[in-house]
Amino acid sequence: MADPMRIRASVDASGVTEVKVLMSHEMETGQRKDAQGKTIPAWFIQNVTATHNNKTVLSAEWGPAVSKNPFLSFKFKGAQKGDKVQVTWVDNKGDKRTDETTVN
Amino acid sequence: MNSGRREALKTGGGLTLLTLVAAAGWLKPEAAHADWNKAAFETKSLDDTVKAFGGSGSTPSKDIAFVQTPDIAENGAVVPIGVTSSIPKTEKIAILVEKNPNVLAASFDIPPGTEPAVTTRVKMGQSSNVYALVKADGKYYVAQKEIKVTLGGCGG
Repeated sequence: MADPMRIRASVDASGVTEVKVLMSHEMETGQRKDAQGKTIPAWFIQNVTATHNNKTVLSAEWGPAVSKNPFLSFKFKGAQKGDKVQVTWVDNKGDKRTDETTVN
Repeated sequence: MNSGRREALKTGGGLTLLTLVAAAGWLKPEAAHADWNKAAFETKSLDDTVKAFGGSGSTPSKDIAFVQTPDIAENGAVVPIGVTSSIPKTEKIAILVEKNPNVLAASFDIPPGTEPAVTTRVKMGQSSNVYALVKADGKYYVAQKEIKVTLGGCGG
């Protein structure tokens, strides 16, 4: 479906994992018009969930004001090298995408 | 005689009622949508956003910081915003752009074990105050920062 997300997760000496995600999505606001003057419909990620070991470590609700090809970063405790972190997004058309990375 | 018409009207009326109810959204088909606070994403002010979240006002706080957030953004389509809260029991961080058509850009729920700090990038239609709204221990706190935009980011 959509292009895969780029996810990096790395844990530091104090046990804090920083996760950086770059998603591929138009994030169309619904305010723009095309060359014919027709409004381009809103199309944007509404929900984002990040999990580690089946536990949600971040959840977000977004509107169309988040930039195209959204970037997100956050930090959480409790992961170790080799663990997996998954990120899922769902957009306003009901499309969804899940990608995962290994903590290094 | 008239009974035929009465029957037709009865069934016809039932169908119309069903259509009206479905159109009113009371009979939604299953969609892949997760929970999304539509009202919050349609508000035009900080106070209305707080109300849409179930709160009743917000207190300015010096314990909310904008991190790696520019004073001047050359491209309003991609403005990096980082928010860190040092208020205990922070459970939610939201980013609002005062002069955008709808002020709420993004809201993050912070579970225990996750640091109350997020960064993302938002669109700003014009120079504006940006609010970082934090919910901590059931109460709402806010910090603001003015960001000047040289090229507005809503397109069109």
